[in-house]
Amino acid sequence: MNDRGALRPLHFRPRNGVRIVVWTGFAAILLFSPILFSSSFALTLLCLAGISAIACMSYNMLLGQAGMLSFGHAVYTGLGSFVAIHAMNRIADGWLLPLWLIPLVGGLAGLAFGALLGYVTTRKAGTPFAMITLGIGELVFASALMFPAFFGGEAGINANRTAGRDLWMNLGLSFGPQIQVYYLIAVYLLICTVAMYAFTHTPLGRMANAVRDNAERAEFIGYDTRMVRYLVLMASAFFAGVSGGLLAVNMEAATADLLHATRSGSYLLFTFLGGVGFFFGPIIGAILLVFSLVVLSELTKAWQLYVGIVFLIMVVYAPGGFSALFMLNVRRVGYGEWRKLRAPYAGMFVFGLLALWGFAAIVEMVYKLKLAAAFGTGLSVIGVPLDAAGVGSWMLAIAALLAGGVGFEWWRRRFIRVWEAGEERIAEAIKKAEAAIV
Amino acid sequence: MSLLNGVSYGLLLFMLSAGLTLIFSMMGVLNFAHASFYMLGAYFAYQLSIWSNFWVGLFLAPVLVAVVGGLFERHLLRKTHKYGHVPELLVTFGLSFVIFELVQLIWGRTPVDYRVPAELSGSLFRVFDATFPTYRAFMMIVAVVMLAALFLVIKKTRIGLVIQAALTHPETTEALGHNVPRVFALVFAGGCALAGLAGVIGGNLFTTEPGMAQAIGAIIFVVIVVGGMGSLAGALVASLLIGVMQTFAVGLDWSLAGALSRLGVEVTEHTPGASVLRLKLSQAAPILPFLLLVLVLIVRPKGLMGTRDE
Repeated sequence: MNDRGALRPLHFRPRNGVRIVVWTGFAAILLFSPILFSSSFALTLLCLAGISAIACMSYNMLLGQAGMLSFGHAVYTGLGSFVAIHAMNRIADGWLLPLWLIPLVGGLAGLAFGALLGYVTTRKAGTPFAMITLGIGELVFASALMFPAFFGGEAGINANRTAGRDLWMNLGLSFGPQIQVYYLIAVYLLICTVAMYAFTHTPLGRMANAVRDNAERAEFIGYDTRMVRYLVLMASAFFAGVSGGLLAVNMEAATADLLHATRSGSYLLFTFLGGVGFFFGPIIGAILLVFSLVVLSELTKAWQLYVGIVFLIMVVYAPGGFSALFMLNVRRVGYGEWRKLRAPYAGMFVFGLLALWGFAAIVEMVYKLKLAAAFGTGLSVIGVPLDAAGVGSWMLAIAALLAGGVGFEWWRRRFIRVWEAGEERIAEAIKKAEAAIV
Repeated sequence: MSLLNGVSYGLLLFMLSAGLTLIFSMMGVLNFAHASFYMLGAYFAYQLSIWSNFWVGLFLAPVLVAVVGGLFERHLLRKTHKYGHVPELLVTFGLSFVIFELVQLIWGRTPVDYRVPAELSGSLFRVFDATFPTYRAFMMIVAVVMLAALFLVIKKTRIGLVIQAALTHPETTEALGHNVPRVFALVFAGGCALAGLAGVIGGNLFTTEPGMAQAIGAIIFVVIVVGGMGSLAGALVASLLIGVMQTFAVGLDWSLAGALSRLGVEVTEHTPGASVLRLKLSQAAPILPFLLLVLVLIVRPKGLMGTRDE
């Protein structure tokens, strides 16, 4: 016991058993989700979530692993989609290429464009890198509208995934039904996740962490930091291209807005919300992305405002994203400290919900008055009927916002006190445990 | 004539990039929302010009934008400072997102009718067949006066001295009893006011719409990188260069195919790369700044006037 722990008392090492459980569980979720959620709407959501998960994880290779903040990731997913869609049309012309290799074609396209554009963008690190990726993103998007032969102009390019005639190459699958496409996505998602996880353990992945944490020191040891950035960007662009290729198979179309800065921005936003510090964080982000894009945008026209505000709050108060919040609470449970947090959590939840309702009511009423007044001023916010033209509704919303805000702040202060006291006890417990080992 | 138009556009770009450069070189923060403050300036001025007139907007809108910027710095940006530069950039990115949505919410998704005031809407003089609008001249005057004032404040006044000191030696300046965070907030608000002023005089020349921030945001980033990060003089040169370049390019329909046909080579449908060769310069105008960016990064990565690399 002595010599085992003394050398690396703080080294965190998951047991292999845990690892097997996690990966098997992940595969099982992928396998059984369409059986649990069998409606066609749910299947559409699952497909999009899988595609976005690859894109967000590839984005996190840049942001989380190498500390490279990119505003132009949609360039690689989008160009991957376009090359893939052209390849699908070639299959229809009689090329001998199985459809299930199309995402790989997208990946290779992403890799090629990563090699080309990354050569320019990775000349700089940090903030200049962010600005340059934005410029390159605009360049590619503007060029897309200039070359309608390849990008199809405003209308985009269509393809038909069932057009290939040689079914023996497609393993007997026609890829007509959505469920077959889902399992294609699921297989690619699993392979890509394993590959990207393995990448974090390669020497290059480790060097990326070193360059992120202290580029100067990495350079002194003798590594070419620019080369590290360039290689990581190419790897990331490859997986982004795979995701783009899957999107092409799924949608059977590609339009120029796949390359737009808005899309790059949403990769950044949701990857961050999911959490850049954990490998699985971006998957949570991808699920949130699809949920907001498909479900929330149906509920309210102002959904991007809510997403933006949540993002602002997260950056300021919880820079680790949702996965870090989750892990911190799991740690609490592990040390038996979570019970004390129940009351503050409940208080914050109730008052937070009240404030949120008030805020949402105000936003929705403004929206109703400004943009949709022609359809009457009545509306309902989470089941409460309101009238945007009535004074009473406004008073109610403002009162809810104020009361909720004050109550939330009161509970938040209590929460911070309890949280920090617990943090101290955990630090002490860790110290004691270390002392016992030594 | 194109030259004058180009210079006036370049000066507008410089008003934007000057504020951005100032904030960047002082706080190390790239304000992603800078173009959003430009947009806010235009919308505030539009609202004020409805309530009273253009001149009230000209003076009041930048002040309002500065207040918004100052509040943002004080309550959000400062809190992320301890996490490093990437979260700082992210918080301004989030702000640009929120401002974009709020503007849509309050003023709608279509362009608003923000007009050049009647007393400035005529033409100043004619050269051959082209006229030069009075408003462009007014815009140039405002920009030059503003920038001269900025230069004087930074170089000649006491507060400018403190700003310069805080720029290079924040700890020492703090030890001498100056409130450096407040200086930062002041610089941030000042930079935002510059962006707001650019919005007031640029918004009615171009169009005031929710997409205007994104359209110009990428270009001012190009200006900053091309000019050299943190260099005001570089930003000036790059702004004028890009302004003139873009204005000229719109009026020219040169293409590579045209150049080749002078050399006796005809480009047909079947020539490899025909779509690239036939592209006219006027069509390629939107991507010229970005091509310049790529070129500068390959030839001179530190920028035209940049002094330090990384």
